Amino acid sequence: MNKNRMFGRISAYVFLICGSIFMLLPFAWMISTSLKQEGKVFEYPVRWIPNPVEWGNYLTVLTEAPLIGGLMNTLIIILPPMFIGLLTSALAAYAFAKLRFPGRDFLFMMMLATMTIPGVVTMIPTFILFKTIGWLDSWNPLMIPGMFGSAACVFFLRQYFRTIPSELEDAAKMDGLNPFGVFVRVILPLSKPALAAQAIFGFIGGYNDFMGPLIYINSPEKFTLQLVLASFQGYYVSNWTLIMAGSVLALIPTVILFFFAQRYFVEGITMSGMKG
Amino acid sequence: MTEVSETRLAQPNRKAKRRFKKEYLWGYSFVAAPILGFLLFAFIPIGYSVFVSFTKYDAFNPPEVIGAENYARLLFEDPLFWKSLVNTFYAAVGIPIGMAVALAIAIALNQKIVGIKYFRTVFFLPTICSVVALTLLWKWIFNADYGLLNYLLSLINVEGPAWLNDYRWAMPSMIIQGVWAGLGFHMILYLAALQGVSSTLYEAAEIDGAGSWKKFRYITIPGISPTTLFILITAIIGALQDFVRFMIMTEGGPEYSTMTVVYYLFLNAFRYMDMGYASAMAWMLGILIMIITLINFWLSRRWVHYE
Repeated sequence: MNKNRMFGRISAYVFLICGSIFMLLPFAWMISTSLKQEGKVFEYPVRWIPNPVEWGNYLTVLTEAPLIGGLMNTLIIILPPMFIGLLTSALAAYAFAKLRFPGRDFLFMMMLATMTIPGVVTMIPTFILFKTIGWLDSWNPLMIPGMFGSAACVFFLRQYFRTIPSELEDAAKMDGLNPFGVFVRVILPLSKPALAAQAIFGFIGGYNDFMGPLIYINSPEKFTLQLVLASFQGYYVSNWTLIMAGSVLALIPTVILFFFAQRYFVEGITMSGMKG
Repeated sequence: MTEVSETRLAQPNRKAKRRFKKEYLWGYSFVAAPILGFLLFAFIPIGYSVFVSFTKYDAFNPPEVIGAENYARLLFEDPLFWKSLVNTFYAAVGIPIGMAVALAIAIALNQKIVGIKYFRTVFFLPTICSVVALTLLWKWIFNADYGLLNYLLSLINVEGPAWLNDYRWAMPSMIIQGVWAGLGFHMILYLAALQGVSSTLYEAAEIDGAGSWKKFRYITIPGISPTTLFILITAIIGALQDFVRFMIMTEGGPEYSTMTVVYYLFLNAFRYMDMGYASAMAWMLGILIMIITLINFWLSRRWVHYE
């Protein structure tokens, strides 16, 4: 039995170490390429540590390509809807979790149903809608819908709010607080981890979104970071050093965010996955 | 006597009713924004898209109703649609592979491993990274002459194929990339599920003399089956709509070997401005997704166990 367990432990380590090499090698290759001189990319056998190290690739990408501008556009587009959407979602989630009103469960089910509709089906008609009201080539289609909250976020927060004991709310109600007061004074402070998880999801999702900007934005000066990055392909054709340098830069913000907020992230995912 | 007690009882009741009515208003105003959003950005567009699918519409001139012509064209006159549909299902081969690997990693991680945080982070890394950046990276890895993959293969004296430029290898390449990118997300879900399986079951099985395979087969697999169902459904819905990777890495080529339904739909809608036809395609795919999801749920009654 003990021998068996030992064997199991050792094979688990071997498996995980091999697996983590498989996961990390592409990133190592990416960074290695990004630091090579243009001509040295095609050297065989592959040299993992470039000689000389060409930091200039990053400088070139940052100064010549509108990467910074793209980042600023991305932040302007995602931050306001992220906060407003979180607030509207949380309000609705609170109502669905704790308040009683006729049609509540019907409305909730209807909202959940939107989550099951494939995104493809709404892609074209929403494009037509935004074209009709003259929002093409503006940030509005990327910003406004998110401010109404999202069904997934409402669902997640509702599950969380339901775990908050109602004695706390009752006490607050005795003190004369109306539902909005209870929401602001009791529910929100108690839900920081859940709100943080949703905010991080929202940020990473918005930051990495490619489809939305691709469909709605045409003018290069309005490009988001992902659009700028995708345009590298045509721009630098097969200059892999610069394409990889740009890609590394584009990954940095979400990777940093993930390292700092890992706990919320993992918790958020496991919670939404288990409630299926 | 009776009258008094009745009014006494009625008094708080009426008050409660009034408070309840007030709660209505609060409730409705709180849910107003998402419900309005649902109407504006889901319900109305979906309805309109049914209409558009029966028209010829280029998004500039008014839509012209042509009946079921778009659907007939899809079903009977467009071999590329069928090819893209077959390709989409071919790409979905990655789902069971990815799920099995993710489960294996989760099981390995579940044995009180030192460095669990490190491993979890490493496997999870691609999940938080931008699809555009990762796709560009893999395009370079798959490069036939100077890419990492063929270099590694050359170390063991294997001459690698042209990957993305070879119509036989382009889809397997996309599957490899997809499995690599999606592992971490499913691994986290499985890890949480494994930790939720009650240890008393294992102890009881051990007393009965069950070996590790039997424990895995009769306790672990049923114990995590709700998570397996969740992953399966979300992964299929995701895979059938997957296309950004294809757009950046292969543009549907070579020889349409990586043309997926959604990429084809995207081309029709936004490149050829054939909104009616693309809408019909979206509906075919949407209905297909719903049917597969329903079949999944129906079959799941046989193999998913809830506690």
